[in-house]
Amino acid sequence: MLLIHCPYCGEDRPELEFRHAGEAHIARPENMADMSDEDFERFFFIRSNPKGIVYERWRHIHGCARFFNAARDTVSDRFLTTYKAGEPKPDLGGEGA
Amino acid sequence: MPQTFRIASVGRLDNADPVRFTFDGKSFEGLHGDTLASALLANGVHLVGRSFKYHRPRGMVSAGAEEPNALVGVHRDAARRAPNVRATVQEIHEGLDAVSQNRWPSLSFDVGALNDLASPFFSAGFYYKTFMWPKAAWERVYEPFIRRAAGLGEAPDRPDPDCYANRFAHCDVLVIGGGAAGLSAALAAADAGARVILADEQAETGGALRYETGAMIDGIPGWDWAQAVTAELVARDNVQLLTRTTGFGYYAQNMVGLVERLTDHLVSPATDQPRERLWQVRAKRVVLATGAIERHMVFPDNDRPGIMLASAARSYLNHFGVAVGRNVAVYTAEDSAWQAAIDLKRAGVSIAAIVDCRPDPQGPHVEEARRLGIECLTGHAVTGTAGRLRISSIKVRPASGGAERSIACDALITSSGWTPAVHLFSQSRGKLVFDAETQCFLPGNSVQDLTSVGACAGTVDLSETVAEALKAGHEAAGGAARKLPKLSADSTERWSGGMLGAGEGAGAESTAKAFVDFQNDVTAKDIRQAVREGMRSIEHVKRFTTTGMATDQGKTSNMHGLAIAAEMLGKPIPEVGLTTFRAPYTPVTFGALVGHGKGRLFEPVRRTPMHDWAEAHGAVFEDVGQWKRAWFFPQAGEDMHAAVARECRTVRQSAGIFDATTLGKIEVVGPDAARFMELMYTNPWQKLGIGRCRYGVMLREDGFIYDDGVVGRLAEDRFHVTTTTGGAPRVLNHMEDYLQTEFPDLKVYLTSTSEQWAVIAVQGPKSRDIIAPLVEGIDLSDEAMPHMSVREGMICGVPTRLFRMSFTGERGFEINVPADYGRAVWEAVWAEGEKHGACAYGTETMHVLRAEKGFIIVGQETDGTVTPHDAGLSWAIGRKKTDFVGMRGLARPDLVAPGRKQLVGLRTRDPKTVLEEGAQIVADSQAPIPVPMLGHVTSSYWSENCGHSIALALVAGGHERMGETLYVPMPDGVIAVEVTSTVFFDEKGERTNG
Amino acid sequence: MADAIARASALEGRFLNDEGITLVRAEPATRLSLRAPKTAVKSLSKALGLDLPQRPKTSTAKDGRAALWLGPDEWLVIDENEADLVGACASVSAFHSAVDVSHRNTAILVSGPRAEAVLNAGCPQDLSLDAFPVGACSRTVFGKTEIILWRTEKDAFRVECWRSFSDYVFMLLKAAARDR
Repeated sequence: MLLIHCPYCGEDRPELEFRHAGEAHIARPENMADMSDEDFERFFFIRSNPKGIVYERWRHIHGCARFFNAARDTVSDRFLTTYKAGEPKPDLGGEGA
Repeated sequence: MPQTFRIASVGRLDNADPVRFTFDGKSFEGLHGDTLASALLANGVHLVGRSFKYHRPRGMVSAGAEEPNALVGVHRDAARRAPNVRATVQEIHEGLDAVSQNRWPSLSFDVGALNDLASPFFSAGFYYKTFMWPKAAWERVYEPFIRRAAGLGEAPDRPDPDCYANRFAHCDVLVIGGGAAGLSAALAAADAGARVILADEQAETGGALRYETGAMIDGIPGWDWAQAVTAELVARDNVQLLTRTTGFGYYAQNMVGLVERLTDHLVSPATDQPRERLWQVRAKRVVLATGAIERHMVFPDNDRPGIMLASAARSYLNHFGVAVGRNVAVYTAEDSAWQAAIDLKRAGVSIAAIVDCRPDPQGPHVEEARRLGIECLTGHAVTGTAGRLRISSIKVRPASGGAERSIACDALITSSGWTPAVHLFSQSRGKLVFDAETQCFLPGNSVQDLTSVGACAGTVDLSETVAEALKAGHEAAGGAARKLPKLSADSTERWSGGMLGAGEGAGAESTAKAFVDFQNDVTAKDIRQAVREGMRSIEHVKRFTTTGMATDQGKTSNMHGLAIAAEMLGKPIPEVGLTTFRAPYTPVTFGALVGHGKGRLFEPVRRTPMHDWAEAHGAVFEDVGQWKRAWFFPQAGEDMHAAVARECRTVRQSAGIFDATTLGKIEVVGPDAARFMELMYTNPWQKLGIGRCRYGVMLREDGFIYDDGVVGRLAEDRFHVTTTTGGAPRVLNHMEDYLQTEFPDLKVYLTSTSEQWAVIAVQGPKSRDIIAPLVEGIDLSDEAMPHMSVREGMICGVPTRLFRMSFTGERGFEINVPADYGRAVWEAVWAEGEKHGACAYGTETMHVLRAEKGFIIVGQETDGTVTPHDAGLSWAIGRKKTDFVGMRGLARPDLVAPGRKQLVGLRTRDPKTVLEEGAQIVADSQAPIPVPMLGHVTSSYWSENCGHSIALALVAGGHERMGETLYVPMPDGVIAVEVTSTVFFDEKGERTNG
Repeated sequence: MADAIARASALEGRFLNDEGITLVRAEPATRLSLRAPKTAVKSLSKALGLDLPQRPKTSTAKDGRAALWLGPDEWLVIDENEADLVGACASVSAFHSAVDVSHRNTAILVSGPRAEAVLNAGCPQDLSLDAFPVGACSRTVFGKTEIILWRTEKDAFRVECWRSFSDYVFMLLKAAARDR
């Protein structure tokens, strides 16, 4: 069981309190009505799923209930950092892809 | 029967504390503190089982958790029959009933032993090669045969009556292993003020000090020191000391799984006392002090009962006071086995000979052995053994070749050296490094916060072990500011020497059975054959031969197997590779993993406030997610069909009362509530009047229906949203997701009120008459409170949110009252209802009545691929809206293409035929296979009110097929159906005001 | 109409008193799920007569009324005297959401020297006094359900859960209490 740092609670909490919520930094376009089929496909269906560092959303659903973002390495299963929803992708230095 | 191999003058057990137990039905006596293994040995019993493949007689190899051979069944009662229990771990208690396994008809005469004679046919890879063809024979011939012949113990055939416990724990320092190293580390960490958990798999701490009589710590014998330190640690508030507790798994971020065995050693544990406790420990730092495991020598016929590890013989002698034989031979490649011989000799046991394959071992133990007059055959090898059910002699010859000589013995103790127990370190994802000098894999860099100390880290000297363990414990506790504690330690024990792989007589040309892996019956020859047949990686060799794949996971055998493969491949050991260590270290019961989560605690069972009333009134319940919902209320003599038919009639003729509490409810509050609702639902909400309701449809972004429900507007800035029963949590999550991450600027908050309100639906022409006498402050007239409206007021003296709405097509109300009042209000409504001939109805009637009206149920008519257009709900989409979740998705080419499956009604040609839900629908029942399938039946019932069966179905191009005849092929014939409107009853919808 | 009906809470009559552990159903209370941005905290605190806690995992309590921090804009307000909490907030004009959840939750009082261990049978958080001091509160999990845990004293916790889960929570607490 992982420990996940909730940026709203300010501490590491057991994974059981969290729920994964898909890839992060995919903003819902404001002009939904005008999107081409291709753009909608990219927005809704296509995910990067890389080996290595992923930016993903989590929800502290059984805690403070906030959605937040995390950078996690899918190889080591380590969280590099977590940050509040709406904050920009963090600079991970050499580690970030 | 006397314990003839017990030596009263040695060992630590109390000779005045006998315990009686049975093995294979025969009664024995042991002493309190014995394991089953030590107690059997005290009675001269070595033969305890038959091997897995060849059914060869086998005895105890070890005195601990690494035991490959001595697996027995322990039967507490008819339901408690634990298979594959290691006799070396199971403590005896009065009345313990153990049986041998894998033998028929008896342990001493076993038919399966023919496999041994036929062994040329059972060589490595035999199963893979032989049972491949013909394919059909696998199921009927091969598998049943193999299953009968193979297998270890028998699984119990009754539910496990025991209970198990779970504990999450946190600590600063977790120490695994309670030997000299572990105790020293725990002591130092505890001294530094840390929260410490120490786990040891044995009944008592002490580890190797149990038999290392030459160890002195802090000026006293090692064992005595261990017990004193243990007592001291137990007394401390900041230390949790767990015995009979195995650290079985090392997971991410220093989460370590421990299993504590609580009752297996007790005579008659209380029935409510957990048998085992799973500890899920999160440690800031872990100190691994897991010691080392001795390896046996690999030589021909090295598996007879009576052949065991030298350290095991020392444990049995020095701790349990049991001699493993009267005339014991020793075969070794390292020093510590010499000490075993010396200990035995001093205790009065005759030593037949010490055979050491090294040409010239040196040291005080060699001198002492010679001084004691033991025959020391250095530079010799054991090349064979004799004896049917117990070893009777060994064959010995000089390693350089020469004449073979037979030496009589009744036990042979062997040692080829020690393998550090790096299992947990490896599980922690730490890299292992091969140390060429000691021929060991040792912990390299850690990737988690852990330290390995003592023998598991390759440290053999006791004083070094204690020093490094103290340091590790001290540092793990963050004790840098304090002085590092010191302990004197001194030992005459020697752990040097050792060899890997096959010994003399089991070389490349030998066809003898020199066992590497006892439990899976893998010999040195098998491993060589695997290499000859093309296996190059140890992973391949392992799978081809099954070496190391038994329940002991090759604790004693893996290094031998690896060395033999490496030798055959002509490569150094590290290049052949080490198989990955995986949890669990030793087998863990399912019970421990399940913990409290069985029986009534398997899953929460949710009941509404009216549940007991329904139960008292004969309701049959159905599971809807975790909820128990009243399904129907049969009266005397009624079956389900009759009850549902009556309920359906009664609702439409007078009224019915229904518990709708389980519906999800969400309160949407804030000045932007209507804007938010516009985004979440397809419908328009801005103009919905206060006090009015609307049926809302929620989509996912891809345009498919996600949920639905009636929404009431209580105020300009407050909506009372209902969701499906099963959808409640995910709908709230979906809404929170959009609110928090896509529309964070909207001033609106969401609160689940699902359980705040008990909901009593009163449906039918008499519904208003029933509730009118109970309601205060609400005008129930059609003018003041039309269909699809909501009012706040009082009912039975408590506050209510009263909805005028209908899921039946009848005039209807849904009374929301705070949950604790639900039962009382229900009873008041029921009392009024009875005056009007109303009935209580359940979910089945609810389903039928809504289907008569063509109302969908999300998850029944929809399956995540149905759009509002498909479901005939286009009217619910706000035409003028510029955005809502799913709007763009609805315009996707596939979702607007012709030929989509659309919701229609079906009427069977024979009105009495009720279709099966899920049945496929075709256009031409005579079409050749594969018949193109048009869709399927989503709902189907007998409609008492219509007098014929009704069904809803998703059919390709269904809206264009009104009046067409389609077919539903079933195993016993084809059913003709007519495509109809989805509304079967009161098409004009007049009854909501009726 | 008839007199007001008495509350019939879940877990009526359920209790356990074993060595080192007591489980009791809490008396009925009024409860508010309070959601508000920072801008409304001051006026809501004033209206409730209780400072809404601003730090994660903390609570404030006074005269039988308590406010538990659940999230950065979320509190559970409990009044053991069954005061009208919705009414108390009605005067606050700043944007907020006050929803009555008095009946949504049921509470179990877990007390005794073994309370911490019993809760740790199903709660994965570190409940030592250092990590979870008196006054600490958190939404978390207990076995297979969600709870709100509030430490009211060194050896006393209040476990709030949704009404229909209270049977499960009580049974799991009881099973854990058996594990001595």
